[in-house]
Amino acid sequence: MDGNRTRRTEFVRPDRVEDGGAHQALRHLRLGEYREVMSSSNAAAKPELPDGLVVVVKHECETCRMTAPLLAEIAAASDLTVYTQDDPHFPREVAAIHDVDLSVSWHHDIETVPTLIRVVDGVEVARTVGWSREEWRQVTGIGELGADLPVMRPGCGSMSVDPDRVDALRAAFSDVPIRSRYVEFAGAEDEFEAMFARGWTDGLPVVPPTPERVLNMLTGTTRAPDDVIALAPPDLVELTVEKIAINAVMAGCLPEYLPWVIAALEAACTDTFNMHGVLCTTMGVGPVIICNGPGTRAIGMNSGMNVFGQGTRANMTIGRAVQLAIRNVGGGRPGEVDRATHGNPGKLTFCFAEDEEGSPFSPLSVARGMDPGVDAVTVFAGEGPKCIVDQLARTPDELIATLAASLWSMHHPKLAMAFDVVLVIAPDHARIFHEARWDRSRTLDALHHALQRPGSDLIRGTQGMAEGLPESLRDATVSKFRPDGILLAHAGGGAGLFSTMIGGWVNGGTGSDPVTVAVGS
Amino acid sequence: MTTVLDPTSERRPATRQRLDRPGSLEGHVVALLDISKPRGDVFLDELERIIIERGANVRRYRKPTFTKPAPVDLRHEIATQCTLVIEALAD
Repeated sequence: MDGNRTRRTEFVRPDRVEDGGAHQALRHLRLGEYREVMSSSNAAAKPELPDGLVVVVKHECETCRMTAPLLAEIAAASDLTVYTQDDPHFPREVAAIHDVDLSVSWHHDIETVPTLIRVVDGVEVARTVGWSREEWRQVTGIGELGADLPVMRPGCGSMSVDPDRVDALRAAFSDVPIRSRYVEFAGAEDEFEAMFARGWTDGLPVVPPTPERVLNMLTGTTRAPDDVIALAPPDLVELTVEKIAINAVMAGCLPEYLPWVIAALEAACTDTFNMHGVLCTTMGVGPVIICNGPGTRAIGMNSGMNVFGQGTRANMTIGRAVQLAIRNVGGGRPGEVDRATHGNPGKLTFCFAEDEEGSPFSPLSVARGMDPGVDAVTVFAGEGPKCIVDQLARTPDELIATLAASLWSMHHPKLAMAFDVVLVIAPDHARIFHEARWDRSRTLDALHHALQRPGSDLIRGTQGMAEGLPESLRDATVSKFRPDGILLAHAGGGAGLFSTMIGGWVNGGTGSDPVTVAVGS
Repeated sequence: MTTVLDPTSERRPATRQRLDRPGSLEGHVVALLDISKPRGDVFLDELERIIIERGANVRRYRKPTFTKPAPVDLRHEIATQCTLVIEALAD
């Protein structure tokens, strides 16, 4: 069979015909050697198991070969149906049905061969996998079965769960309804170039979202493909789980990242976050995604060295999937609704996890109302990261002075209150707060206290700068940030006396407020 | 051949659309690309005469060989200098 791997299956999907042309009536899926089955009329229907005993085997499996002689004995005592996965002539002892398309194995969740099942009135009532003398005797009701065989032998993996086959089988047999249009590239068309040409990419190559890959991606969530997560701006198109999965495939995500992508889009497409405005603004901001919770470690997110940089698949692809979904589904493309003067490289992807374990502070998500231990994403309309250097501070007060002076310069040294900031403290700086037992609250209080200036220094025209605050604030004491305008987080590599600020877009009702949501299943 | 699922809002046709035909040739710069097949120039000479009569300007280009795609520099030259292009394929 392996020699046939490269054959192509013609898979008729008349419901997907776009233009009604007869030559377009065939949709082609690469399904390896499953051609014979897929050309049959009822390939996706779940085959019923016959009443009696059912055994699924494959010749390649040593345990199957060991138990094969018993099948004649079982057949003599009961109604027995044997399905063979690989060799149609195996086992020699009894007639077997070749499960050539693996549809029986797929639909009945055969993970191991041999699998022995008892079926009564069309319902499975007992199952054992591999060889266990005691269990085979129980299921078959034959008390002396296999007396010459060892007590127990593990089975082998079923061909229906073979990693090389499982995606094609899922595409062939899955009852997950796919609603998106099928797009067929011409035979001579390079698929990567074809996706560039259609404007589907962010300027980097994307993974072709084949039905197999998309169905595999959808295994990462319990949500239905047609669940509408949000209306994606700017075109206010219904953003379904399926469309997100397609874009997640293109971004390079693994299925376990999908709930994080969904959550980030759910947060970004709220009125509060105002993704439409984030797209339209000429400022160079995009959604910065900050992830919290134990799930960040489970999916391998980076919260440490080079945390804002390249190299970690989860960080790179989750943020990229969010941007691709906005681009492709919502229609938010640079030069169209996206009017950024400069933009920033983070608009390709900007996603990272907070280092909660090493932090002197409570997690950002908890500070923003989530329960501890809950997976959550916070979206922030931010620009690129800017490094704050202080290699000499050894006390919290010294470090606060440096951080405050640096934060004052954000966007403009005479503008205040209009922009929030994410302040990411690296471990070497965090240690200074930790050793002094400063927690989140005390650190933020000290920062806000240090971030006040007399209005007379900031009004328009002072210091030789036309830019500044209105004359009405001359006698006021002005804070650089609103009370909840500093999002304090802990992340970065273990060496380096640095912190980083990520400046925000206009806050409040006319701009964007950060949004934190829990990550679902 | 690869089949993929459409990642977009599906508000546009899946197949790429041709540009609309111009209503008139008046004021256009038309590129005539000779692919270097014998006597293609005879056909293009006649085409040039007709196009000029209709008020357009013509620029002539020639591929080094009909057996290979036009070099990228030639394509760039045509794209930047002309508004329309007619590629003559003849035997």
